Amino acid sequence: MEGSRKGAVDMLAGADLSLGLPGGDGAKLDFVRTGCKRGFSATEVDLKLDLNAKESPSSVEKVKPADPARPPAKAQVVGWPPVRSYRKNVMAHNNKNSSDEDQAAEKGVASGAAAALSFVKVSMDGAPYLRKIDLKMYKTYKELSDALGKMFGSFTAGNYEAHQGMIDFMNENKLKGLLNSSDYVSTYEDKDGDWMLVGDVPWEMFIASCKRLRIMKGSEAIGLAPRAMEKCKGRG
Amino acid sequence: MNYFPDEVIEHVFDYVTSHQDRNSISLVCKSWYRIERLSRQRVFIGNCYSISPDKVIERFPAIRSLSLKGKPHFADFNLVPYDWGGHVYPWIVAMAKSKVNLEELRLKRMVVSDESLELISSSFANFTSLVLVSCEGFTTNGLKAVAANCSLLRELDLQENEVEDHRSQWLNHFPESSTSLVTLNFSCLKGEINLAALERLVARSPNLKTLRVNRAVTLDSLQKILSWAPQLMDLGVGSFIHDPDSETFYKLKNTIVQCKSIKSLSGFLEVAPYCLPAIYPVCSNLTSLNLSYALGIPASELIKLIRHCKRLQRLWILDCIGDKGLEVVASNCKDLQELRVFPSDPFGAGNTVVTEEGLVAISFGCKKLNSLLYFCHQMTNTALITVANNCPNFVRFRLCILDPTKADPLTQQPLDEGFGAIVQSCKGLKRLSLSGLLTDKVFLYIGMYAEQLEMLSVAFAGNSDKGMIYVLNGCKKLRKLEVRDSPFGDAALLADPGKYETMRSLWMSSCEVTLGACKALARKMPMLNVEIIDDSELTVDEALCGGAPVAVTADGDDKQKVEKMYLYRTLAGPRNDAPEFVCTL
Repeated sequence: MEGSRKGAVDMLAGADLSLGLPGGDGAKLDFVRTGCKRGFSATEVDLKLDLNAKESPSSVEKVKPADPARPPAKAQVVGWPPVRSYRKNVMAHNNKNSSDEDQAAEKGVASGAAAALSFVKVSMDGAPYLRKIDLKMYKTYKELSDALGKMFGSFTAGNYEAHQGMIDFMNENKLKGLLNSSDYVSTYEDKDGDWMLVGDVPWEMFIASCKRLRIMKGSEAIGLAPRAMEKCKGRG
Repeated sequence: MNYFPDEVIEHVFDYVTSHQDRNSISLVCKSWYRIERLSRQRVFIGNCYSISPDKVIERFPAIRSLSLKGKPHFADFNLVPYDWGGHVYPWIVAMAKSKVNLEELRLKRMVVSDESLELISSSFANFTSLVLVSCEGFTTNGLKAVAANCSLLRELDLQENEVEDHRSQWLNHFPESSTSLVTLNFSCLKGEINLAALERLVARSPNLKTLRVNRAVTLDSLQKILSWAPQLMDLGVGSFIHDPDSETFYKLKNTIVQCKSIKSLSGFLEVAPYCLPAIYPVCSNLTSLNLSYALGIPASELIKLIRHCKRLQRLWILDCIGDKGLEVVASNCKDLQELRVFPSDPFGAGNTVVTEEGLVAISFGCKKLNSLLYFCHQMTNTALITVANNCPNFVRFRLCILDPTKADPLTQQPLDEGFGAIVQSCKGLKRLSLSGLLTDKVFLYIGMYAEQLEMLSVAFAGNSDKGMIYVLNGCKKLRKLEVRDSPFGDAALLADPGKYETMRSLWMSSCEVTLGACKALARKMPMLNVEIIDDSELTVDEALCGGAPVAVTADGDDKQKVEKMYLYRTLAGPRNDAPEFVCTL
């Protein structure tokens, strides 16, 4: 089984696709954006994803089921299957609450990460306009923080760099110090509508549940920390 | 008929209620047009941008009930950018200004601000009914205003909306004098609810027939609420988890037995299988059951439950019921008319839970089936042909194979013949959604046989422009066509420009249509708005580097492909609220 799945992954490697394989063997779950899809050449029977048609025509690959009795996980496409976002959000939330913690985390990531728009709005208090970023572009909090720093650095006169968006929850004093300062902290709105401090949950869980980012002054974020702590505990 | 006084004709028209019929009678002659428009109370606008609010009010001054739809259907699947439009506020403002005696407002896929809700609550003294379906943009603050100020409110029905919770305690704002509620549905709200306030509200609402609560309402709260409302006909449960050995649970079972009128059950956003037996007593009366959000009920429990529900007409369920479970449905639910099977794990790799076999079983057992939404892992032509033969009464047939271009696994053939059988057999088919491997042939069949088809959804299908042209030529009653990721291009788009004036709208995304063709169409058909939607990140970034967002314009290369196009007939001209990523040609 592993062999045939690996074969499928290799076939698609040239197409810049990573399959989100159940069992989480580290493969990244990726999106095929409709923006990258051009020209659906339909002379062939198999599914053809014509990615980046202008840049690499050779990246057109056929996706054949490696084993008809057990088709490999397909690459995710925006808006497919056609399930309403409301329903997806409810299901992802229900999945998170299921008794099997591991299975829930994996399923929650699979349906959440793939189902949710990877583009989120980023606002910064005091900045004249918002930005939009693709969370899928980053693999760690550090990368995200660097990118945000670049985008909004000019508005903060350097105060953003200080904490790199990663809050050390283990160190209460550090946390208190940060929240009392005029340094900026990153916060995000999750699927439940709660505003959380960026950095407490594993990266995959973060991108699965992050709907919006907001960079605010540490002193304003004080009200968030207790809830964030509760949620953190609740997740175990 | 002109020999009768107007009052007589008007009285006759009172019996004509459907929108389409009233539209028809208004076309008979000038006098009928006048009488009809002055007496029309219920107005349905399928596309809020097809006409301006002022024109509607001008034509129908007696309007009391307004239904509006906003975003295109594919917005449900994240294909339409967030700020595309569909604002209801201008409509509320116009009606308030003209002192319309608005009583009912029904909105679908629209952006509703708190401001709009506040304006509704303060402008229309006789307002009784607010139904919001798949809307967004409002918070519990807006609901607070509605609860507090609409003293005659009978219906507050919130279906699957995105509502921000501002901890507004909105339920507390129904005044003590409010006793007129018939429908209260807040199942989509994510936040907390003052349970005592809800209990009091239910206790003083003797006419309450529909109550759908959210996750925050626990089982013991539910028990108390139900004890005040044994007359309920439609119940949506919130959290359904409790110790089955507790006194609360025992009380709940007894309370439910008293609710002899419950015909519809839904919700179960949180549920433990061992709690389900509490609802067995009402199952024999149920005509509608929605368990489609209830993850965590194993198939065996679902099957046990279904065996009690002999009178079901509508069933919404998750695919974890499995093919075997659907066989049980087929043998138990002989009155079934509508079935929806949703995916419990949309991106799972081939856990084959429902396949064509489940659907075939249903078709043998449920001969009255007329509406289907079926998510499955595979489908065969043989199965579809069998279903078509068994169930010729389909009005809505929506099939979604999770792998969108999957061929018939038995024959490796496209599913053209299967869907062809469906459209040939189901002469009353009004809505069809296709999936699976499909060539131009399926569209030939659709054009030939689907004479009553009004709405067609196409994804990853077809070989050439001919496919779309077959449909445009053949389906005389077509109103909405939405296409994504299919090789239909300029020749198809421009084959019959006049056709689009007979339709509500056309959506095409990730197809082969070029900017030049869209411009040509827009030039030729001034009564259409042809919108190009471009929300790619590239545009926004470039714009921000330059200092100001660059509007999507018609100045690009005519040969470039258009990512998303949405066109619709309109009397209102290009809309003035289009965001910068939308360009109306």
